[in-house]
Parts: sequence; C-alpha cells; structure tokens
Amino acid sequence: MNDIVLIIALTLVAVGGTTVVMTNAPERQAVTLGLYGVLLTLLFFALKAPDVALSQLAVGTAFVPLMVMLAIRRIRGGRS
Amino acid sequence: MNRNARYLLFFAGGALVAVLFAWAALGMPSFGSTFHPYRDLAVPAAVAHGTANVVSAINFDQRAFDTLGEETIFFGSVIGAAALLRPSKEEREQTSGHGHAKQVMASTRFAGYVLLPLTLVVGFDVVAHGHLTPGGGFQGGVVLATGVHLVYVAGSYDALERVRSVHVYEYAEVVGALGYLGLGFAGLAIAGSYLANVIPYSGFGQLVSAGNVEVLNFAVGIEVSAGVVVMLAHFLEQAIVLRGGAEA
Amino acid sequence: MSYYPYFVAGWLLLVGAFGIVRSRNLVHAVVSLSVSQSGTYVLLLTIGYQRHATAPVFGSTSKPNLKVVDPVVQALTLTDIVVSATVTALLLALAIQIGKRHGTVDPDQLSALEG
Repeated sequence: MNDIVLIIALTLVAVGGTTVVMTNAPERQAVTLGLYGVLLTLLFFALKAPDVALSQLAVGTAFVPLMVMLAIRRIRGGRS
Repeated sequence: MNRNARYLLFFAGGALVAVLFAWAALGMPSFGSTFHPYRDLAVPAAVAHGTANVVSAINFDQRAFDTLGEETIFFGSVIGAAALLRPSKEEREQTSGHGHAKQVMASTRFAGYVLLPLTLVVGFDVVAHGHLTPGGGFQGGVVLATGVHLVYVAGSYDALERVRSVHVYEYAEVVGALGYLGLGFAGLAIAGSYLANVIPYSGFGQLVSAGNVEVLNFAVGIEVSAGVVVMLAHFLEQAIVLRGGAEA
Repeated sequence: MSYYPYFVAGWLLLVGAFGIVRSRNLVHAVVSLSVSQSGTYVLLLTIGYQRHATAPVFGSTSKPNLKVVDPVVQALTLTDIVVSATVTALLLALAIQIGKRHGTVDPDQLSALEG
C-alpha cells in the first residue's frame, strides 16, 4: 500500500520539477516553486522522514518564494 | 558560445551523466532493502546518550562538527547577501518615503493578529523540543523568522520596521554562532574532545535529557531565526524602500 | 519499483541543469538550480528507506528498536535544505546586483567580462 503512495508521490515530484523548470516567467515560477515544495513535503512524509518534511515545508513554501518575488520586483523596479 | 552550441554540449554531457548514473543506480541496493549499516550504529549511540529523536542526536551530538560547518555556511551567506545588497550612495540619497500602506483587508489583519503569537509559540516549541519530537534549531528558527514577518503581511512595512530593528538581530545571530562555538570549547575543556556531550543526559523522553543537543538546538535556533530576519530585511529594503515607488 | 526512485532523483538533477542551460533570466536559472538540489535530497532519502519501517523518532508509543529508516541521511538532508535556501538567497542578491549594474539579467547579453 505504501508502495503505491510512494510511486504516486515520486511521479508527482518528477512532473512538478519539470513544470518549475519549464515555466519561463520568473514571477510564475515563484508560485510553481511553492507548490513543488509542498509536493516534496508529501514525498518526504511518505518516506518516513518527518524532520526533513518540516524543514522543507518551512523553507520552501515561505522563505524561498518570498525572496524570489522580492528579487524580481527589485530587478524590474530598478530598470523602469 | 551561442545557444545551439550550448544545447549540443549539454545534451552530450547530459547523456553521459545519465548513462553513468543509471549504471551506478542499478548497482545499488534495491529500494527499501534492509541493509543500513549506519543506522545499526547510530540508533544505539543516540539512545545511549538519552536522545529520543535520533536525527537530532546525529546532527548535534554524533556529527556536531558538521553542523558547525553548516551553520558557518549559513552565517557566511547572510553576510554575503548583506554586503551585496547594501545601498549604494545614489540609492541612499534617493530614499523617498515609502508612502502610506495600502489598505490591508480586515480579514488579513485579523488573521495576522491571531496567527502572530501562535506562530511564535509554535516556533519556540519546535526549537525547544528538538531532541524529543521532529524539529530542532533549523526548522524552528525559520518558523520564528517568518512568524515575525506576519507583522508585514497583516500590517505595513512601517510597522515591521518599528518592531524589528536590524541591529538587534545582527547581534543575536552572532550570539547564537558564538554560543555554539563556546559550548564546543567547554566540551574540549571537560571531556577532552571538541563538542563532546558534557551536559548530563540522564532520562529518556523527558524535557531535560540529551545533554548537549538541547543547548546546541537553542544556539542554532537563535542564529537561524536572526539570520533569516536579517536576510529578509535586506531584500525587503531593496524591493520596497529603494525602489522609488510609493507602495509599501 | 526497486530502482524507480533513483531514476526520479537523476531526472530532477538533469532537468534542473537543462533549465539552467536554456534560461533567459538569471532568476529563472537560480530557481532551476533549486530544483536540481532537490534531486539530491530525493536520492539521499530514498537510499535510506526501508519497507515497513517507521520514522527514527522514539516516544511513548514506540520503544527504541532498530526497525527504523536510516537517520544519518535524514540528518544530512535536513541541514542541507535550510543552508541551500540561504545560498539561493545569496545568488538572488548577486542577480539583483547584476541587474543594477548592467541593466539586464539576460545571460546571453551579459557576455563581456569588464575589467
């Protein structure tokens, strides 16, 4: 049973990673990256790693997308 | 090199990497096997030192020196980002007021009021119980730092600036890093090896157990939360204050 | 199923590298690097997994036993996630500086190394 969950989680992560890379606009990538972080958290839970899942959730859904958006805003604002 | 040459080079290199990786992966123990020699050694060692969360024991007790290296990388990155993002002379002169806050929705503000103390308490809990339940200094530190920024989400940038003075957090980060180093030297003085577990670690599953792991968790929690706040402060300053726009 | 997780990890690594190669914006390249790094996390954790084993945390309901997944790789991955996010922040700060100095963050137009 857990095998099925793992296969689904791994496939979702592979598809999610491809989607993040194939999104061209960086501001959309911030959103996709946040979603990819949640998919990774689910995979880490399925792999019986709660510490790692907590770490990925805290970092990948709040910290990194926020910084990507701030960087994009600064780069755009500085140029206009 | 133009794009086509770059693609060609990548596909050649990528194909080689894929072949080597597949060859190596097929030679590894199959997924889900029972052959884990490190686990057979690490779990009894963690239990012998009274730590219920084996992952925390590995991070702060058995391989505490590696965690010292990791937090030094963290410290260095915060310094590097602060140095890169410091305002240049022209930017400092054009720091116009960042205007008044756009109206925040009442529901957002209410959610901020409710969630801010809750997040801070949960962050402290995650740091303090790192040796008993999943958690620890790194995770709890990030939760604390993003909790502080709920003031910005539910309020305005001015409110955040009043609540968080960056100097305090810079000093706090240094205190955390020095605390980790200092405890290591205490281990050297008492037990003869750097970062040895010298605080008494009797009891298993109690709040006061696991010796060094608790105190190092606190040191790392202070350092990571202060570091994340400082880093976000520099990014926010660049994106909001120095942009020259009128939004907050 | 015996080797599928390792191939997913390899795929993430290569897809991230492909994103860096084809990107037209430095911020996009940094995010693709992040995807590549997550491939290594998946590889580490799937190496340490054991079927029908539990998480390596003991409490009142699970006494210390050896039927847990490997905690060493989890310890490696856990600190790596937080530290890599900070290094990503450093790279974004670098991209901001490049944008300020050269007016563009398109890698194809940033070819000259000015002395």
